[in-house]
Order: sequence, then C-alpha cells, then structure tokens
Amino acid sequence: MIRFDQVHKRYPNGREALAGVSFAVQSGELAFLTGHSGAGKSSILKLIALIERPTRGQVIVNDRNIASIKARGIAQFRRQIGMVFQDHKLLHDRPVMDHVALPLIIAGVPRRDIDKRVRAALDQVGLLGKEKLRPLELSTGEQPRVGIARAVVARPSLLIADEPTGNLDPDLAREVMLLFKRFSEVGVTVVVATHDVHLIERFDARRVLLSEGRVILDSHAIVEGRSVAEGRSVAEGRSVAEGRADAGGRDGGDAKPS
Amino acid sequence: MNIGAYFARHAQVLVGSLGRIAQQPLAAMMTMAVIGVALALPLLLNVFLQNARIASGNLTTAFDLSVYMDKRADTARAQALAKQLRLRGDVASVRVIPADQALAEFRSGSGFGKALDALKDNPLPDTLVVTPTLDAGTPQGTETLKAAIAAMPDVQIVQLDTEWVKRLQAILEVVRHGVLLTAALLGAGVILVVSNTIRLDILNRRAEIEVMKLVGASDGFTRRPFLYAGIWYGLGGGLLAVVLVTAGTLFLSEPVAHLALLYGSDFRLEGLEFVTMLEVLGAAAALAWAGSWLAVRRHIRAIEPA
Repeated sequence: MIRFDQVHKRYPNGREALAGVSFAVQSGELAFLTGHSGAGKSSILKLIALIERPTRGQVIVNDRNIASIKARGIAQFRRQIGMVFQDHKLLHDRPVMDHVALPLIIAGVPRRDIDKRVRAALDQVGLLGKEKLRPLELSTGEQPRVGIARAVVARPSLLIADEPTGNLDPDLAREVMLLFKRFSEVGVTVVVATHDVHLIERFDARRVLLSEGRVILDSHAIVEGRSVAEGRSVAEGRSVAEGRADAGGRDGGDAKPS
Repeated sequence: MNIGAYFARHAQVLVGSLGRIAQQPLAAMMTMAVIGVALALPLLLNVFLQNARIASGNLTTAFDLSVYMDKRADTARAQALAKQLRLRGDVASVRVIPADQALAEFRSGSGFGKALDALKDNPLPDTLVVTPTLDAGTPQGTETLKAAIAAMPDVQIVQLDTEWVKRLQAILEVVRHGVLLTAALLGAGVILVVSNTIRLDILNRRAEIEVMKLVGASDGFTRRPFLYAGIWYGLGGGLLAVVLVTAGTLFLSEPVAHLALLYGSDFRLEGLEFVTMLEVLGAAAALAWAGSWLAVRRHIRAIEPA
C-alpha cells in the first residue's frame, strides 16, 4: 500500500528532513508516525500526498511509484487520498456542508448523491445535523471532525493525518483517534503522524518512531510476531528518543483501545 | 461524466460565481463601473463618428460639377452639351444656367446690382450643373467625370467642389483611427483592471484554493469560478457602457436635432443599434475573460499547498 525505500528529503534551505527512511504500511493497516517535532513525520506525509517530492529514494503508493506522477496527474492522484491537517484547513465563511461536499463536487458526483453521502460522512464522525453551521460555531472537539469527514467522504483507500489531535484535550483527542481506528477497521489504510505518545499507547497499532529523519523503531516487528525486546533494542543507544521508544515498546503488544 | 452533468456543473459554477460577486456588491460595482466607463468612451466616440458619416453621406450635392462654358460659345452650344452629357451613364441630371439668368440671380442675390450695372458685358459664362449618379458620386467617380467633361470642346473650366468633402472624409478617417486606438488602449485597460481584480480575488481566497488543491481539484476546476467571475464583471461593465452611451445620445439628440434644423436638415442623432449593444456585451465579456485568464494562469498555479 505504502512503501518508502531509502527515502531522503532535503529542503531547499538545506535542512535534511529525511535521511534514508524505509518502511511499509499494509492495506487496511493503522500506523502511527511518532517522534519529536522536526523528526520527519510531516515530511513523510507530504511525500505521500505529493505535496513534496523526495530528493532520493522511492515512494510507492497504491502499487505506484509516485515519481512517475507528473504535475498534471497530482490532482487525480490526491483524490485517492483523504488528508487531515493539524490546522484543520477549514474555511470560516463556509458551512460544514460545503466543506464535506467539496471532494465529491471535484470528483463529479451527481448533485442528488452528494447530499446523501455528506450526511453519511457527517454521521460517521458524529456531526449529523450540523451541516449548516460554520466552523467557528462548532466546538473545538467538533472542528477536526469536519476535516475528517471531508477526508473520508469520497471513500479514499488511504487516509493520512498530520497531528489531527494537536490542540485537543486528552478526551477529545482520544475520540478523534478512535475515529481513525474505526476507519482502519473497515479497510482504509490510515497513517497518522502524532507526537502524542501517551495517547497512542492505548491503541493496538503499528508505530513508527522517527528521529532526525530516520526510523529508529518500527513496531512492525511486533505485528509480525517478533519479540518486543528486538524492537526495543533498536531504540536503545539513541538518546533522543530513548524514553519514548521504551514506552512504545513496552505497551505495544498488549495495549487495547480504551 | 456525461455531457448533461458537465453542463450542469458549469452552470452551477457560473451561478455560484455570480453569487460570490453579489456578496461584495460594492467592490464588484466599482470594477464594473471602471469597465463601463472605459468602454463607454470609445463607444460614444464611435457613435459620433457613425453619425458624422451619415451626415456627410447626405451631402451628395457636394459632388455636383460646375461646368463653365467658353465665353465664345453661345447658349445653344451649352444646351447641346447638356444633351450630350445626359446620355452618359454616370450623369444623373444636368441643369443649364444661361449666362443672363446667372447674372440676374447674382444681381438680386448679392446686392451688387448697382455695381453690375456699370459693367458693359455680362462677365458670367453659360454654366452647366452636372449631378453624377449615386454610383458615380464617389470622389474617384466624379474625378473621372470631371476629366471627361474638361476634354470636351468649348468647355472652359470644370469645377469640382469635392475638396472640402475629401478633407472632411479624411478628417473622419483620422478620427476613426483615433477611435480605434482609444478603443484598443481602453480595451487593454479593461483587461488589466479585470486581471487585477481577479488577482486580488485569488489572493483573498488563497486558503480556499489551497484546500481545493489538497482534496484533488484540478487546475481547471480551481480556475473556473474566477474565469466566470471575470465574464460577469465584463457583462456588468458592458451593460453599464451601453446604458451610459444610450443616455449620452439621448442627452445630445435634442440639441443636435435643433442644430440640424437650423441648417435646414432633418438629421437626427442615431443611438446604438441592438446588434451593436450585443456586440459591446460580447466584447466586454471577452476582454474581461482574457483579463481573468491572465490572473488565473499566473496566480492559481503559484498557490501550492505546503
């Protein structure tokens, strides 16, 4: 579904955001990208969505090497991906309805179907009945859900989210994460970048820990049945993320979404 | 997507963009006013030009030729020549003014009666007034006719009073080019004004465009509302120009008719024809569309999500 193969990303200002990242996320898997800010989480998501291009290495999305997608094809490519943003990217002068309908309008869905599908998406995120409200009339917990409804309404096979719980208190953040988990359970591949390790500890999900543009711990090992200790050993000796990696490794195997 | 859905979508965006303009009526009206005034100026000049041409076109008598006979030839000779000229295909009519009659007219008309009495002989020759046919009434046609008559025996001088008509037409031609130049400059102005308005529009809606691109909108999809907004600005401005010019001609028609009457003419100022109005609207929409295209091409591409 998604495969990164020795991917490097150096920005024009000289900052090296990714320094040889390799990992793969299977179809229908829920994966968390974690690490400090600046570790490369956002860069990975930007590469997946073709907002940025890798400097070196291969990125495969939906069995397609995305280097082969030219500028003209980007729009079409992005329609297969649902994106959720830390700042939600909501337009304050537009009602919820318009936000969620946008991907369907772009995809050319007939008008009579749009209404139905928007309602279905809003229902999934618990915002049914709030179609006519504008983002600022919603609570802080509801605002990110508009972005999530917009991301899933066109039924993408891949959902990526960058710090979707950034400004939320722990309870609201957990509810949002549960939404992502639910989407992964119905077969959507979900990749969530978050620095909130404590929150994802409770989820039984794949974790990719990044530091300084490198993968320093990939709980994929656990998913495939290898020992917890193995995952832990990767993390040890890397002082930057040691504590967090430890925590991730310890709880990775038996945590349940609560 | 089938054709019906395609048109439905475009119609939707078309109406949607009008709705957006209606949300900021003042700003939109300013833009339309600029377009309207810019288009009204060359349009009004053109109306005057058209009218001047109609007016000058009525001056067929100006193409009459005065043929002065040799003093040694008698009036019978003049009559014979007139008869000969009437047979020509390019001559509509010939009037003979015998020398005596011409003197009598001059005596009563000029007030020089006493002075003329002092003359022994009639100094005036027999004269033929030759009116060319409508087809031959062009500057070239009359010139040909003039040369033909001048070559005839007993003809002293052929005078063609077309010099001032030629000058008038030359002036109108200069004015016409001036109008075209003005129209071109102001047309370019319209393009730039709309381009700038749309540019600001794009910058104001930067966040929206970014979101559209992130959820997979093609450049064409993103551009469309702005292109249609440009067309609306153009139509609004064009409509205003038509109204301004029509009001202007109405305002002037009374004094012009009065002036014409003083010159013994029933000339009336002609306003814009319906077809011309449609052409103005079409041209305005096309110019504005070009303007928004310029803005859209540059600025929408520049907005990339990061």
